[in-house]
Amino acid sequence: MDQVKKSIIKKDAFALISGMPVYTDDLAPKDALVIKILRSPHPFARIKNIDVSEALKVKGVELVLTHKDVPRKPITRAGQGYPEPSPYDKFILDEYVRYVGDEVAIVAAEDEFAAEEALKKIKVDYEILEPVLDFEEAECNTSIIHPEKEAFSQFDIGYMPEKNIAASYSMEVGDVDKLIEECEKDPDCVLIKRRYYTQAQAHVMLEPHASFAYIDLHGRLVIVSSTQTPFHVRRQVSMVLDIPIKSIRVIKPRIGGGFGGKQALHGELITALVTWKTKKPSKLVYTRREVFEATYTRHPMRFDITLGAKKDGTLKLIDVEVLSDTGAYGEHALTTLMVAGSKTLPLYNKVEGVRFRGKVVYTNKVPAGAYRGYGAIQGNFVLESAMDELAQELGIDPVDLRLKNVIREGETSPIFKIMGEGREGVEMIVRSCKLEEAIKRVVELSGWKEKRSKSERNGSKVRGLGFAIAMQGSGIANIDMASAILKLNDDGSFNLLVGATDLGTGSDTILAQIAAEELGVSTDDIIVYSSDTDLTPFDTGAYASSTTYVSGNAVRLAAKKMLKLIKEEAAKMLNVSPDEITWDGKVLRAGDKEISLKDLATKLYYTENQKQLVADASFVGPESPPPYAATIAEVEVDTETGKVDVLKYYTVLDIGTPINPNLAKVQVEGATMQGLGMTLYEDVKYSGTGRLLTNNLMYYKIPSRLDVPEIHVEFLESYEPTGPFGAKSVAEIGIDTPPAAVANAIYSAVGVRIRELPITPEKVFSALKGGMKS
Amino acid sequence: MKIRVKINGQDRSFEIDPSEYLLDTLRKNGYMSVKRGCDTGSCGACTVLLDGRPVISCSVLSASVDGHEITTAEGIANQMKEYMHALASEGADQCGFCQPGLLVMIYYLKKMIDKGLIERDKETVRRYLIGNLCRCSGYLPQERAIFRFLGVD
Ligand code: FES
Ligand code: FES
Repeated sequence: MDQVKKSIIKKDAFALISGMPVYTDDLAPKDALVIKILRSPHPFARIKNIDVSEALKVKGVELVLTHKDVPRKPITRAGQGYPEPSPYDKFILDEYVRYVGDEVAIVAAEDEFAAEEALKKIKVDYEILEPVLDFEEAECNTSIIHPEKEAFSQFDIGYMPEKNIAASYSMEVGDVDKLIEECEKDPDCVLIKRRYYTQAQAHVMLEPHASFAYIDLHGRLVIVSSTQTPFHVRRQVSMVLDIPIKSIRVIKPRIGGGFGGKQALHGELITALVTWKTKKPSKLVYTRREVFEATYTRHPMRFDITLGAKKDGTLKLIDVEVLSDTGAYGEHALTTLMVAGSKTLPLYNKVEGVRFRGKVVYTNKVPAGAYRGYGAIQGNFVLESAMDELAQELGIDPVDLRLKNVIREGETSPIFKIMGEGREGVEMIVRSCKLEEAIKRVVELSGWKEKRSKSERNGSKVRGLGFAIAMQGSGIANIDMASAILKLNDDGSFNLLVGATDLGTGSDTILAQIAAEELGVSTDDIIVYSSDTDLTPFDTGAYASSTTYVSGNAVRLAAKKMLKLIKEEAAKMLNVSPDEITWDGKVLRAGDKEISLKDLATKLYYTENQKQLVADASFVGPESPPPYAATIAEVEVDTETGKVDVLKYYTVLDIGTPINPNLAKVQVEGATMQGLGMTLYEDVKYSGTGRLLTNNLMYYKIPSRLDVPEIHVEFLESYEPTGPFGAKSVAEIGIDTPPAAVANAIYSAVGVRIRELPITPEKVFSALKGGMKS
Repeated sequence: MKIRVKINGQDRSFEIDPSEYLLDTLRKNGYMSVKRGCDTGSCGACTVLLDGRPVISCSVLSASVDGHEITTAEGIANQMKEYMHALASEGADQCGFCQPGLLVMIYYLKKMIDKGLIERDKETVRRYLIGNLCRCSGYLPQERAIFRFLGVD
């Protein structure tokens, strides 16, 4: 191995750092029509009348569209594989507006001034409807958010719009009610029941959503977009606008961060529509306010969890009931809910009974959608906090309680088969799992034993350590497909064409490393081109921690085929049989005969056996091997103010082989800070009337560089046999543990248990006033 | 109205609207390293130097820079190769959207520290950079590179 497990510099690094024009808005044609959107000021209303005549008179205005002018076809913007497990409950524009920020009308004009001016001149007469703002009151509310007849779901996802339910799910292994009953009676058993809440979080990728469109020389529609899912964009645009797929090309340039927020379609449908109608280039760049108000948040959730265990710490049952808030539209409603169970419950695979049930309700708020670690971070906070509470109750060290119950290499969990993403999952034996080792290592690194035994107090400040573990997946097994094409050039270099979507993580480089390793060449000789539906083969996109594992496997298979082709051609040139050929990365040899790859390629192009060598491969994960993490956070709580400072953060992970250790580490560091933001202060807030309060970066605070604790990231030696060179995923796992690790540390410091994120000083302070541990 | 400015050493003149902000003027005229990340002056992605001092160009009226000198990442990137290499070696570039603005700040800090006008100290450097938000990296890899490049301990 010399091209993987190596911290190669990202291929686009110097272009990005020096500010080359590589993002969507940098590349938009200068004469593109500027699109602006009129958005609803009401959380729930019906448009009685809309008059655009004055807007059309504004000089420079090209087009104004309302719900009367657009095709009335329900869609889901979720950006998932087809058929999607999300309800088709959204129209490009609708007579109903369902949250403050929902689209009312589209204006395209020569410049921004004209577009803004026209927006002001659109007159809308609304019939105000009673909004549903509290998700705990959504089910069976008298206000029905999706009364429209056209909305539907592609298959059974527990969609019940008449009850404001976007999706629902339940599963059970063993007889949980009976186990609970037994546990209640058994003096040798401990049962805890708790309620937890998690909040909405905003992605705040630094580049706002942007797309532009133009017509090419063949009269086709070209969309350039900062999207994580170009192939889904093509399919959706085709479907809604009734343009054949063959007439659409979607190109993804560099992306300024996504974190799931750019998995869905936000804007592409509109630029496509405007350009298709006017045949002129158009662009739509969201303002930061629009990103906050009119894209996505993380799903807020309420959890009721019951854990039962024997006094010796043997976990007997887990029962989880979830209420999730999907906001105005049901994108990712079911999958996020299911992940809250599927990516947490297998951690404790030896229980006698496990049940997971939940409903996802509509409210008149910003739609919730995909966000890094979706479902898992919520579920993890709850399960790992509850495990800490159970340990407390049992009088067992939280680490020992985990060690007694966690999943180990070679084992399985029934959950893998029962719960997939929106449907059944796949059976899976855990082939690589260094969770136990990770736990032991993080305990040692953090000084857990010594530090837990004495409480450190400095005036009003008290320190404590908290522990949590996590798992994720690597792509969506049996559903998501990736593919790759390798093409040999006449200097012996290779083009690698992939549909996989680098959203700033460095996945282009990682895929090049995988190709280079398999081919036995240097990563410098792999030229990567990613995500252009005309030129690169299909890939479902960058989500669900899929690129390294799913796309990486496709790349590896393509490289294997390419090497075979090269050897066959070399054998012909050298007049030997292919298995006599040896290859050192530069020269192909058989006995005393040899030919360099460069000479072989030149001959193939110009003189002998002329042909282009191309190899392709596709991959669908037969399983989704989980990466694992064990984390310990050390916090300091100020008992006078309730302020929590995270001082140190240790996290030890099993991600299989880190293909690029530097990039893997940065994924974990970045995810940790997003997770700590969610733990301590990030919170999407609304006014009593449903207006978003946190609609800019002054009101919605993300971590700054002064908020960063000492973070220690360590990867364990591990090898996933089904992964490319042993790799599993790394993009999401790092975000899962911060909330529980910190909540547990606060408990250990000051004895208060915060069951509602974010853990603000106010909450800690009032909990402290309510009863301090002596 | 018309303004004359020196950008990255070149004399330019632009026709602008009096209400226009420097960020838009620069982007309209091809200085795409200057990014827009917010609408409240909170992210630092639009940082440029105005007469050698960092400003957020989204909050400076173009009309007010008539006769002044502006430096963008395009103008200094080739003097910052060592820094870029340090950053890339840490994998800190990630999505890159925050990077050109940060590069401008580091260029400025390097000059000031070398002249002894800013203390060669981690906390000081951090405070200067607090306005340059990054959502991808968690700041740590950036800081490993920045501190190394600036010789700060
Ligand atoms: S664009 Fe965010 S500070 Fe200027
Ligand atoms: S690298 Fe993406 S915001 Fe900094």
